[in-house]
Amino acid sequence: MEVLLVSLLNGLVYGMLLFMLASGLTLIFSMMGVLNFAHGSIYMLGAYFAYESTRWIGFWSALLIAPLLCGAIGAAIEIWGLRRVHHNGHIAELLFTFGLVFIIGRSVQMAWGMLPMPYRVPASLDFPLFTLYGLQFPAYRGFMLLISAGMLGGIWLLLKRTRVGMIIQAALTHPGMTAALGHNVPLVFTIVFAGGCFLAGLAGVIGGNYQSTEPGIADAMGPIVFVVVVFGGLGSLAGCFIASIIMGMVVTFSVVIDASIADLLRPIGIVPRSDDLLGEILTVPVARIGALLPLLMMVLILFFRPRGLLGTRDT
Amino acid sequence: MVGWRLFTAIFVGLLGIASVGAARAADDTIKIGYIDPFSGPFAATGNNFLKVFNFILEKANAQGGPLGKKYELVTFDDKLQPAEALIALKSVTDQNLPFVMHCVGSNVGSAMIDAVSKHNARNPDNRLLYLNCGALATELTNEQCDFWHFRFTVNVDQRAVARIKTLPQSVKSVYLLNQDYLFGQSVQKATQKYLAQYRPDVKVVGDELVPFGKVQDFSPYIAKIKASGAQSLVTSNYDRDLNLLMKAGNDAGLEIRYDSYLAHQPGGPTSTGPAGDNRLTSIMEFHDNVAAEENNPAAEKFISEWRARAEFNFIPLDYVTMFQMLTAAINKAGSTDAVKVAKALEGMKVTDMMGDENVMRAEDHQFLGPLHEAIFTHSAKLDAEKTGLGWKSEAKISGADLTLPTSCKMKRPAS
Repeated sequence: MEVLLVSLLNGLVYGMLLFMLASGLTLIFSMMGVLNFAHGSIYMLGAYFAYESTRWIGFWSALLIAPLLCGAIGAAIEIWGLRRVHHNGHIAELLFTFGLVFIIGRSVQMAWGMLPMPYRVPASLDFPLFTLYGLQFPAYRGFMLLISAGMLGGIWLLLKRTRVGMIIQAALTHPGMTAALGHNVPLVFTIVFAGGCFLAGLAGVIGGNYQSTEPGIADAMGPIVFVVVVFGGLGSLAGCFIASIIMGMVVTFSVVIDASIADLLRPIGIVPRSDDLLGEILTVPVARIGALLPLLMMVLILFFRPRGLLGTRDT
Repeated sequence: MVGWRLFTAIFVGLLGIASVGAARAADDTIKIGYIDPFSGPFAATGNNFLKVFNFILEKANAQGGPLGKKYELVTFDDKLQPAEALIALKSVTDQNLPFVMHCVGSNVGSAMIDAVSKHNARNPDNRLLYLNCGALATELTNEQCDFWHFRFTVNVDQRAVARIKTLPQSVKSVYLLNQDYLFGQSVQKATQKYLAQYRPDVKVVGDELVPFGKVQDFSPYIAKIKASGAQSLVTSNYDRDLNLLMKAGNDAGLEIRYDSYLAHQPGGPTSTGPAGDNRLTSIMEFHDNVAAEENNPAAEKFISEWRARAEFNFIPLDYVTMFQMLTAAINKAGSTDAVKVAKALEGMKVTDMMGDENVMRAEDHQFLGPLHEAIFTHSAKLDAEKTGLGWKSEAKISGADLTLPTSCKMKRPAS
């Protein structure tokens, strides 16, 4: 029971962090048809920028500066990069963002080195919020929840209640028609790309000291965010939200499950031998493969429901 | 036409000068092929080792080097892939280098042992020795032991013995948490084995393998560890997997000792920071404070020179000893001939920088040297990575205490 409640909270924190990253990615993906491989790299940049601004100015201003910088970089990438390769088709755009991953990764290594940065939780948030069965829940995780919930509310208001949001939604589904009505669709693309990068940067600020700030975090977060986007369904923020929370929970809960598939089969009388390959697969406890479950779930959903949970069109 | 001839003459002349220069360079250097990851996810490790070796070899060369020659490293990138390492090894043998050195990854080490052995059998006039400086799996000097392979660092089992022997008597329950790959699994087995042997009073309340480098948040593990009531978390996790583990533990206010195997690796102290103060220990060959702790002015000078050029602690004293041994062996052999140097290395005893005796055991070519158990604390004299915290030795285990039986049945060449 105690493990259950603690895991529930931690799953929520991780899920919300995933959502911050995935929401930007799914908007970009559904609008431009580009799977932005560099999204994890922007997240990493956000963490490094936050570390630098925390060093020179302070954490609270970093909360604004780092995402703005990431947003500006995103806008620059869209205007001078993606827009140029756009007319060569999706493959060119895909390869372009794939190349960015290496360029950003290498630049970060050259600027900050390979070792992790001492980016720590600010002292004003470094206290236990409450104690649950003898385990403390840090205030910083509560703060992360607050930020991501605020972001969720903000993005919902923006998309559903403002004119800009209406145009973005229109451009998502009917880009040709929106352009014909006189809207500047390329500008909308730039705004969405920059906005996605802003969110990734914000996730970097609060994720950089929740995890560790080092060149490896781009690779660590990149794949799972793709999984979330595909799982949730294209163009659906709600699907993206649900998928993020599911993934957060799956990853967190799988760790505490010591059972294996073999334990499920035992009541119906099948006892696999553990010395052959099949037996080995069946007897491996869920906890050991927990981190791989999201990938398995992605494969399954692509197989049985390619449009994702709440997606409106096939991937 | 004349111009063309002149050009050719100059070109040929330059070639001649270049080749004479190359031949001369080859004459007064001893080249060592050095294979490790210098790109890819593990590039940091390879590049840090390279820094260490450049420092050690500068010192060794300043003292004259073997046969009055200078050591020179020729680096090759293996990206921590056995297949890439074998391609690099081919380049090493093509260049007729007498030694190949490799540190990171037992999977690569295992492939190298096999490849070097085959190469030497097929090319008796172009043999080379494999100097292993960090492939730690015990098997490499047991079942897999080979005449052409020398391991100049202590292996997983020896480290486990040191880890278990230095566990405080007050610790009665431990939780084992290791990474789910070759190294983590062999540490897990060795820890279980030597816990049963040396500390039967200690109860293992949890034994877990975690996916290698895949876990983003260790909080659920922390909840499990808390529920188990363990006093100490014995873990071979390193880099990111250790940092995130300790971060989650501290966030949750978990009161526990972290008895690690590799927390001293470069980058570890930075990301651990104040959170590890007086609760994190590790097993290591050396650290920046050993010289002062043992009152050794020469070693203190060595460390102050090191600290002037690198931000991380100097750990691998065994690599300094390795080149002491190699120099002595080449001098004794009078050449870099693989068989002669190998015979000279077998059973060699040298006194290391701190005055301890180190042995290269003849039966299995396993290095026997001392290890330190040190705690990460703010009261250390010299800090690590400018964190204000540093390593302080709590115990030292001699090479003799780390002498374990071997199952090696080595085949030796006739000549």
